[in-house]
Amino acid sequence: MDTFDGYRRPDGRIGVRNHVAVLPTSVAASPVADRVADDAGRWARATPHQMGTSQPDEGRERTRDVLAGVGRNPNVGAALVVELGTEDIAADDLADDIARSGKPVETLTVREAGGTAGALDAGADVLADLWQEVGDQRREEADVSELVFAVECGGSDATSGIAANPALGDASDRLVDAGGAVCISETPEFIGAEHVAAERCADEATREKLLDRVDRRERLADLMGVDMRGAQPSPGNQEGGLTTIEEKSLGALAKCGTRAIRHVVDYGEAIPVGGGVTVMDSPGYDVESVVGKVAGGAQVVAFTTGRGSTTGNPIAPVIKVTGNPRTADRLASNMDVDASTVIDGEPIGEAGERIYRTLLSVADGAETAAESRRLAEFAINERQPRELAAEGQR
Amino acid sequence: MKGDVLDGRALVMAEADTVATALEDLAAGDRLDDADPPLTVAEDVPFGHTLALVDVAAGDIVRKYGEAIGEATEPIARGEWVHTHNCESARGRGDRATVESEDEVPAASGGSESAGDDR
Repeated sequence: MDTFDGYRRPDGRIGVRNHVAVLPTSVAASPVADRVADDAGRWARATPHQMGTSQPDEGRERTRDVLAGVGRNPNVGAALVVELGTEDIAADDLADDIARSGKPVETLTVREAGGTAGALDAGADVLADLWQEVGDQRREEADVSELVFAVECGGSDATSGIAANPALGDASDRLVDAGGAVCISETPEFIGAEHVAAERCADEATREKLLDRVDRRERLADLMGVDMRGAQPSPGNQEGGLTTIEEKSLGALAKCGTRAIRHVVDYGEAIPVGGGVTVMDSPGYDVESVVGKVAGGAQVVAFTTGRGSTTGNPIAPVIKVTGNPRTADRLASNMDVDASTVIDGEPIGEAGERIYRTLLSVADGAETAAESRRLAEFAINERQPRELAAEGQR
Repeated sequence: MKGDVLDGRALVMAEADTVATALEDLAAGDRLDDADPPLTVAEDVPFGHTLALVDVAAGDIVRKYGEAIGEATEPIARGEWVHTHNCESARGRGDRATVESEDEVPAASGGSESAGDDR
């Protein structure tokens, strides 16, 4: 049985990092959150974002749910919620959402703390107190079945579908067979491969939900009256050899392995622990897609890239895997696993084993390339009016 | 790798495929003797890009992974480069679907307003 050492949380979940999250409720509180965390130390991780102080109902609920999910992620030991004080999302409400997980949560209001300068001082004190409370927690042994592993791809090219994604899929199968959970998202990248994914669904309800979500994303293109070919595959994907979205999708699906798809969840919704393969409905934009899965409770992310992507995440370590030998060479300092060896004849199972071992060591605390380079991109997917319209159309 | 490698230089991912993926930059005149029958590369095909294994007529389905990845927009001869200039997606084509989708937009609040946003 494979194990790793992590941080046990009051709700029973296990984290692979012990961060204090600093969560702004709007763009107006983001600079303070960013600086307070930066000044405190590497254990403090801010999630600055672009959402305004006032959003339409659906957008506001999305922002609050995602931030709450990020705060509840087991990699977070304690959280500080920062607001300007004029937001529709009250810091106290978001703090309550997070405190349901039993972890310490505090709030900071810029307008009541003496403006930016006062908030930076007050924020430093609150963060120090939170760290005092959770900073000395020790790792303890946990079973891999407690891991929720997010799989993502970005900057795909033809090698993604040939080498990196099948190798990551092999690692996904190993984790699922050990009782763990794997979550794939990026719904537009199911277009053209949905019949293959549908055959993998464990039951009819899951199959229907999956096909509905893919259909909704395709309808979005119809509603906008645009041809998706301008963006899917992207110009970079095309230069990398991918001709159509169907080709991209068929290659992308491989990264979640071959086991049954048991659940379909919405963006940022909780991913069932020990639940095998889950599909999360998300946009194709990789940074937002990763954040959705971290909000859903994923502790570790694996991110395949052909052309070379460097992005990380503030809360979850992101393991970078490339199947492109040129990228493995040129971006060696940003990559964690070179799977381009598959093209030279390394069996997919061996490359998959290397990714699986990397997952275990990263869960144990080994830093990823993105972590050591402090790459911590964060963005929340905003609900667009057209998206809501597409959902209304049946 | 899943599939058959031709001369160590191109990959056929599934039996039903009508294209192979270049595993290195291929040049016009290169031979793939492992193909049945042996094939001459008709034009330069960059690493990762695909070339036709059979003659494809305009409108024919192009197959990779044993699945449809698009339709040929013009006749493609065996050995020619297959990419966006001669093969296109059949999916996510809002440009083809606009008229139909406007008929489908429900009068319910939100739907029609939102669809009209960008007119």
